[in-house]
Order: sequence, then structure tokens, then C-alpha cells
Amino acid sequence: MNPVLPFLEIEASSAPRVEVRFDGAPLLLPLGANLAAALLAAGIERFRDTPVSGAPRAPFCMMGACFDCLVEIDGMQRQACMIEVAEGLQITRPGSPEVRHVAS
Amino acid sequence: MSHRDLVIVGAGPAGMAAATEAANAGLSVTLLDEQPRAGGQIYRDVDHVPDHRAALLGPDYTAGRGLTVALRRSPVEHVTGAVVWSIEPGFCLSYSRDGRGAQLTADRVLLATGALERPMPLPGWTLPGVMTAGAGQILLKQSGVLARSAVLVGAGPLLYLIAVQMLRAGQPPLALVETQTGRNRRAALRHLGGALRGWPYMAKGLRMLAELKRGGVPRYTGAQDIRIEGDTRAEVLCFSHRGRTRRLACETVFLHHGVVPNTQAARALGVAHHWSTQQQCFVPTLDCWGRSDVPGVFVAGDGAGIGGAKAAALSGRLAALAIACDAARLTPDERDRRARPLRSARAREQAPRPFLDTAYPPCAQALSPRDETLVCRCEEVTAGTVRDHARAGCLGPNQTKAFGRVGMGPCQGRYCGLTVTALLAEATGQTPDQTGYYRIRPPLKPVTLGELASLKTPPATGKN
Repeated sequence: MNPVLPFLEIEASSAPRVEVRFDGAPLLLPLGANLAAALLAAGIERFRDTPVSGAPRAPFCMMGACFDCLVEIDGMQRQACMIEVAEGLQITRPGSPEVRHVAS
Repeated sequence: MSHRDLVIVGAGPAGMAAATEAANAGLSVTLLDEQPRAGGQIYRDVDHVPDHRAALLGPDYTAGRGLTVALRRSPVEHVTGAVVWSIEPGFCLSYSRDGRGAQLTADRVLLATGALERPMPLPGWTLPGVMTAGAGQILLKQSGVLARSAVLVGAGPLLYLIAVQMLRAGQPPLALVETQTGRNRRAALRHLGGALRGWPYMAKGLRMLAELKRGGVPRYTGAQDIRIEGDTRAEVLCFSHRGRTRRLACETVFLHHGVVPNTQAARALGVAHHWSTQQQCFVPTLDCWGRSDVPGVFVAGDGAGIGGAKAAALSGRLAALAIACDAARLTPDERDRRARPLRSARAREQAPRPFLDTAYPPCAQALSPRDETLVCRCEEVTAGTVRDHARAGCLGPNQTKAFGRVGMGPCQGRYCGLTVTALLAEATGQTPDQTGYYRIRPPLKPVTLGELASLKTPPATGKN
């Protein structure tokens, strides 16, 4: 466990870890875990940049109401707090340069 | 398309209790819920947590297993992962599940959509690292994820509960920065009688405060001028306390100053709402069973007015009895006989509310934010802009959308609606009831063209 991360997991997860990619970087997350929680525990601090001002955002409500944890998976923006970790998820940060490129 | 006597939206305490009661009375019941497992937010993943985490969260949390077990043993069809995005009169409910659309019809609908954190617009509240206190609870309950260096900000007993759980987990919060004042505490004393009728709550509150004191968690009460500073994430919580400016370096800020009913679905159905002065929010207008002014639409639980998990389960059962009676499955006498003990139990649960609402009022700074504070997180609109709209002749919350897109982002006003009503009411000198609220229209949640297109084929639903 990395002591400098803002969030920590209080018990070792019994779920097997699977690889996902966040903006191209590989991460090992517990299979079936809440994706937003797993990304926070893995040290991801910025989930997206807003379309209005480009300001960074991260999970705020964790219950599907605020839409601040939107990430892009398979070309669709989805709420990370409403998704479970599955092997091979390709996650990109909405508003990041590669996503803007695809959109233009 | 399947047809049910009753469809319930939301599998928290009210929805689970109502579904079980109605199904056991002989109604065909489907319970639709967004989450993968029953429990709502208060009992999130209660059947799933490891023992160590359950012990940390305490018996008030694990008590939710009574409801989940009863639900599983009942004939209720519980559709998990179902995001309801439209409820049409009649009733036809449309929802998405696993990327496909599905529909179902029902004679009656019970909305048990629970509560949302009261919006708490403070400078810096959109920075990564700032979350609602409820989000902190969900991280702990569902994922066993805890913030390492957190400050809890706002007012209300939930902050004490979270602080105690963090302390027990060996990661105490850096501080509690509380906005209620000594004057609020003194004003609350006149509700002490009610509070004492709900003495187990009061005793629990005092135990939590004692535990925090022993644990050495600093509390700053009467905090003002709160702001969160940081460039790309929360770094410092800044506030004034007893005339001194304080700066606490932190990585996570949990905000909370009460919860408010999530009224999106009820409003979309045209249910009448009114302003509750005691709870400082809009609540649906209901009779003593949870029956709204729209025939066949009932509301129960915190979505009908904040009362907490136990009161929510009781109001869910009361609504189910009324629905069973309306559907001729129970005689009025039988309904009333079964309702009596539920009503007394609910009155006991609600007894401490006036004390708590007075002792821990919403943070004044967040109810009337300074001009530069963002109030609409999605469209990034400030309080000053909304005040400008009011000066330019904007009459109500719906018109603010046309003036400056406030409330038009993906959250559909869930985290700015009450603030916009308050800002307009303040500017025009009208009451919140006169000012009104956003008109909520379907889709209640985003829906894809693929989900719409798949509505023609029968849905694959399953009971969990």
C-alpha cells in the first residue's frame, strides 16, 4: 500500500485483481468493485475535465446523482460510481486531449 | 409488457419494507433499483460487507439485514441495476438495465427514492478531493475505502457518526469544522421534550461526542467564512473560528449540512410539493399514508420528508397497507388495525427531529453563497450570475435555465435546485413556495439511443 495516497483500503480485498487502463496507464483493480471507489483507492484523483471551463473533477456524491465521476468507456460517458470493475475496461478521462481529438 | 399491481422505485428501507408488505398482502410487486444489491444508501451493500467492516459500521447499519432478508423471502420481483428514466401516467415505467431499455406497466407506483445531500455551495466545493459526507459513508460501506487525511465540514449528527467510524478504523479525521452555534443549541433546548422521547438517538449522540473527545479529534463549532483552497485538488480548508482565521492542510473534505428529499421522480409525475420551514426544503404534499394528489402515486421514506432509516421503513409499510386496501386486498378496518403500531413507532422515531433540525440548521453561508461561489456544478454558474438574472427580471427557477443554463447539466438540478430557489426568493422577497422549483421532465437519467431502440424487445429481467 502506498502511504501517500489520499484513500486507503481498510482490508485486503478477497476479489481477484484485474487489469484495466485509465488514460492508457494499467491499473490492477478488484473484480466487481465499485469503479469510482477502486479508482480513488488506486490513486486516481482527477476523473475528468469539465466541458465548460476544463476544471478538474472527481467523484462527489458516489450515488449516481451528481455526474462528476463521468468517465469515458467504449466511447460512452458513464458514471464511474454506477459501474463495477470488469477485466480489460478501457477508461479515458473526458476532456483529456485524446478524447477531444476523437470528438473533433 | 409485464403488468404489476404495484411498482416501487428505490430499494432502500422504505422501498424494501413497502415491497415486502405489499407482496405479502397478495399484490404483484416489482421493485426497481439502480444499485446491484438491495439496501439503498443507508444500508448500502449490507448483505455483502465483511465482518470486520460490519463491526466498524455498527448495529444501526447491520439492522438493515432484517429488511433485505424479508425482501428475499417475499415474492417481490427485485430488478437490480435498473435506472428508471421515465414514469408516464397510467403508469408506464421505462428503465435501462445492462445497456438495454425495458418497460413495465403498473396500477400504482410508490416512489421510495430517498434523500440527497443538501447542496453545500462553498468556494472550492467542486475541487477533486471534496465530497459529500454521504459519499464518504458509501465508500466505506461498499468498498472499505477510507480517506486518510480528511476534514469533516458542516452540521449534523452524521458528521459525528462518520468521525467515530474513522476513529475506530484507525484513521481519525483531522478535525470537525462545524457551522452550528451556541445560539442554535440554546434554541434547540425548547424541543428537548421531543428529543427525550427519542432518547436512544440522544444517548447515541452523546456517546459519539464523548468518543471523539477521548480520541482527541478537534472540533471547531460556529465556523464561518469557509473555503476550500487548492489548484487542481483540495489542499487546505480555510475558515474563521472565534475571530481567528484557521488553515487546515488536508487531502479530503467531506461536506454535510443535512439531507433533503430527492423529489425528481415525484416532480416529473406532477406531484404537488410545498416548502417545509422546519426541514428547509421542499417535500411532496401527502396524506397520512403517503398518498399524493396524483391518483395512484405514493411516496414513502426520506423522499417524503427526512425522518431517517427506521421511520422510512415504517412509512413504507404504511403506504403498502394503504395501497393493499385501495387494491381491495385489505379491508379498511384491517389496514387501520395494522397501521396503529406502525404509526406510534414512527412518531417515536420522528420525535427528535425538531431538536436536531434546530440544533443543526443548514450552514448559512451555503444557503446564501457569496457572488463568486459556483452554485451549478455542471454548467459552472455562480451565485452572482443567478442574482444578476433576478435583477434582469428572471421570475423563477425555470427561467434561469434560459438566462444562463443553470440546472441544465447532467445532474438536472439535483445539486443546485434548492440554492437557485433560495437565491431568487432572496432577490425578489418572495417565499420559496411562491418562487417554486425547476420543472423536472423525463428522462430522469440520461438514456442512450441504443437503450431506446431496444425497448421493442422483451427485457431480460431477473430476480436477485
